[in-house]
Amino acid sequence: MNQPLSASPHAHAPVSIGRMMALVIMALLPATLFGLYQFGWPAIFLFTVTVGATVGCEALALIVAGKPVRVTLMDGSALLTGWLLALTLPPWAPWWVGVVGGALAVLLGKQVFGGIGQNLFNPAMVARVTLLISFPLEMTRWVMPQPMFSGDAPGFLEGIAITFGGQTYDAFTGASILGHVRTELGRGEHLDAALSGIFDPLSALLGTVPGSLGETSAVLLAAGGLWLIARRVIGWEIPGALVGTIALLATAMHLIDPAHYAPAPFHILAGGTMLAAFFIATDPVTSPVSRQGQLLFGAGVGLLIYVIRTWGGYPEGVAFAVLLMNAATPMIDHYLKPRIYGRDRRGKPLEYPELSPKGSER
Amino acid sequence: MTAKLKLFRIRGGVHPDDRKALAAEQPIEDLPMPALLHIPLQQHIGAAANPVVQRRQPVLKGELIAHAQGAVSAPIHAPTSGHIVGLGLYPANHPSGLNVRTVTLQPDGEDRWHPDVAGVDDPFALEPDVIARRVAAAGVVGMGGATFPSAVKLNLRNRHSLHTLVINGSECEPYLTCDDRLMREEPDGVLDGARIIAHALGVGRIIIGVEGNKPQAIAALQQAAASFEHIQVVRLPMRYPMGSEKHLVQTLTGKETPARGLTADIGVVVHNPATAFAVHEALRLGRPLISRVVAVTGQAITRPRNLRVPIGTKVEDLIEHCGGFSEEPAKLISGGPMMGQPLAELRVPIMKGSNGVLALTAAETNARQAAPCIRCASCVGACPCGLVPLTMAAHIRSGDLDGAVGQGLMDCIGCGSCAYVCPAHIPLVQYFNHAKGELAARGRAKQKQTETKRLAEARAARIEAQKQAKREAMARRKREAEAKKRAEAVPDVVQAD
Repeated sequence: MNQPLSASPHAHAPVSIGRMMALVIMALLPATLFGLYQFGWPAIFLFTVTVGATVGCEALALIVAGKPVRVTLMDGSALLTGWLLALTLPPWAPWWVGVVGGALAVLLGKQVFGGIGQNLFNPAMVARVTLLISFPLEMTRWVMPQPMFSGDAPGFLEGIAITFGGQTYDAFTGASILGHVRTELGRGEHLDAALSGIFDPLSALLGTVPGSLGETSAVLLAAGGLWLIARRVIGWEIPGALVGTIALLATAMHLIDPAHYAPAPFHILAGGTMLAAFFIATDPVTSPVSRQGQLLFGAGVGLLIYVIRTWGGYPEGVAFAVLLMNAATPMIDHYLKPRIYGRDRRGKPLEYPELSPKGSER
Repeated sequence: MTAKLKLFRIRGGVHPDDRKALAAEQPIEDLPMPALLHIPLQQHIGAAANPVVQRRQPVLKGELIAHAQGAVSAPIHAPTSGHIVGLGLYPANHPSGLNVRTVTLQPDGEDRWHPDVAGVDDPFALEPDVIARRVAAAGVVGMGGATFPSAVKLNLRNRHSLHTLVINGSECEPYLTCDDRLMREEPDGVLDGARIIAHALGVGRIIIGVEGNKPQAIAALQQAAASFEHIQVVRLPMRYPMGSEKHLVQTLTGKETPARGLTADIGVVVHNPATAFAVHEALRLGRPLISRVVAVTGQAITRPRNLRVPIGTKVEDLIEHCGGFSEEPAKLISGGPMMGQPLAELRVPIMKGSNGVLALTAAETNARQAAPCIRCASCVGACPCGLVPLTMAAHIRSGDLDGAVGQGLMDCIGCGSCAYVCPAHIPLVQYFNHAKGELAARGRAKQKQTETKRLAEARAARIEAQKQAKREAMARRKREAEAKKRAEAVPDVVQAD
């Protein structure tokens, strides 16, 4: 009997990276299907192209790097990156936005750092921010929901024309809630006027509003996220701290000046808050590892989202907030660590003065 | 006494599938005496025992065959009557499978006890020192796997203010059922041993902790303990590594053992139920530790069993008795799956600390190629010691062992919870063991260097001193010679005058 030497443990929990990614994708499925249904064929094409480009670029990078292609692709991480990126894009954006975004995410966001687990920044958010800065027009053109098979929804061929043919769709465009409120406030309007007619908490909750492909339905995203927490794929710390911080800040500011600062439900339901809280800020690679670190990280993302949305130059701040806190992750991990068993917070062995050992031998 | 005790939560831990059903309902069975026993002289932590027998010498059951050497050591006794047929090298029950000094005994089949083997009527009338001496003479060591000589732990009262004895019946390793069976079948013996240990330690309180997956053992112990006010049987939550003594004590008392310290620092001493039973047999019957219960289990074993095995029996004799392998095992382990060691080969002997022989199928081990770390922090959540395993492993992988030490490597208890839950299947314990071994080797090398330097300096000083002495001697001789010359010359001068 000859067996290779190996260290304990000799049994292993039924877990793998591929399984983790699969669970995350399953959690995203309801919101994704809803988004695809709501924005119709152009959204389906953009989603497919974005995911395809991301996985294709990953394969290319793996071949160039001489790493195993099939096994690495099977871990599902590139698929998830492309998926998340597609969900944050304007649903009727042209195909090349998805391709450029996919390439940016995998090549610039991940593979240049050495591949899975090595990247400092969230790949999907790297792509999203680069696209937003490079193509501000395409990245901020939103459409009113046109559910599949409804009267005005583009058909298959029209969808092809919109995604791949550059066909304009001005008749369908509408401002996102965040963008609209920002513009109106900028014009000196009061919040009540800015919100009237566009922000209805129920539609924002369900997602029947203009917005990114998969970001609109707060309730479906939250349901998926809570399921992931229940399955222990993600912790409650980052989503909890993120949403809690936004709620706290928004409520406080709204109480101080209700005319200019939107209440908490607005900030939590609109834009990418839910997607960020449960699926983007919780990316394990780019977030801290200790519970305390994750709480700080989540709170930091929430704070930055609120600050950018309220006082910054962009109506939406999720991607910037996540990237900024990604940059802080190594430092957070350095300073915030769990307390080691039998030691105090500073690393000194615990002392029990009341239990002094007998005699002076020790 | 069965009063509820308030339990405290420990950090981290995992919930592995316990797989105890494989062997838990199998009563302890005596293994037929094998043809040969290979009894290693190093079965415990500390110095190896020194043989006192010679080849061809007849021995009786329980007769001393090797005596303890030094303060931390344990003697070894003949598991049965027979002849010593070898005093030499034999493969060790150790992952290396290297040869170690071993006494080979050929049983004569009579299993005759040595006439000196006799117990005491009332161990509670004995002085603590006498109990410790008897336990030491019986070669009792920690039978949970650590194999630390028990008598040394009985002397802790000399240095520490103790208040509680904890019997660690958690048996938190999956598969293992030997302590479970012993507690079910010999609750009175275990309890008696615990009371003797408590008497030796001078503590008034005994807590027996058993994980909730052993309800029959808890019931049996509770019944046996009903008449003792100071003994509590506590149902522990099922969570690995509940049986880590520091974590068990924290669960029971809420106090953490200080880093680098002993549970005795917070007034608690922990013993395994099998050890307590061995103490009971040593005191009441005078029997040394010459056999133990071993769980032979795993899905690749045809008939999983709990066997009482003479020390020195080959692992293959156990497996054969259990009907051999039902399929080719993917992994053969001595001990439990979480902290056990791979068996180098099947002819290695059972030792005092061998609590299990596992033959696991590929489905049970669920081994996979390691993938890169995705920093998911599963290991951070699972670590019962508050460490960050992924960072320690990263330091070790880049060769920065001191960095890993700075992250708390030496506070790692090697429980394997981190590696068990790692979705990337990274062998984290392998990294930590490698680093600990390397650091120990460096420490030895440094000590050797320091010692060499000290000796070299001493030698240089000695040579210098010799030279100095020689020079002085020469100078003295020269002076004497000159003085003599002068003395001889003086008369001349006088004469010349």
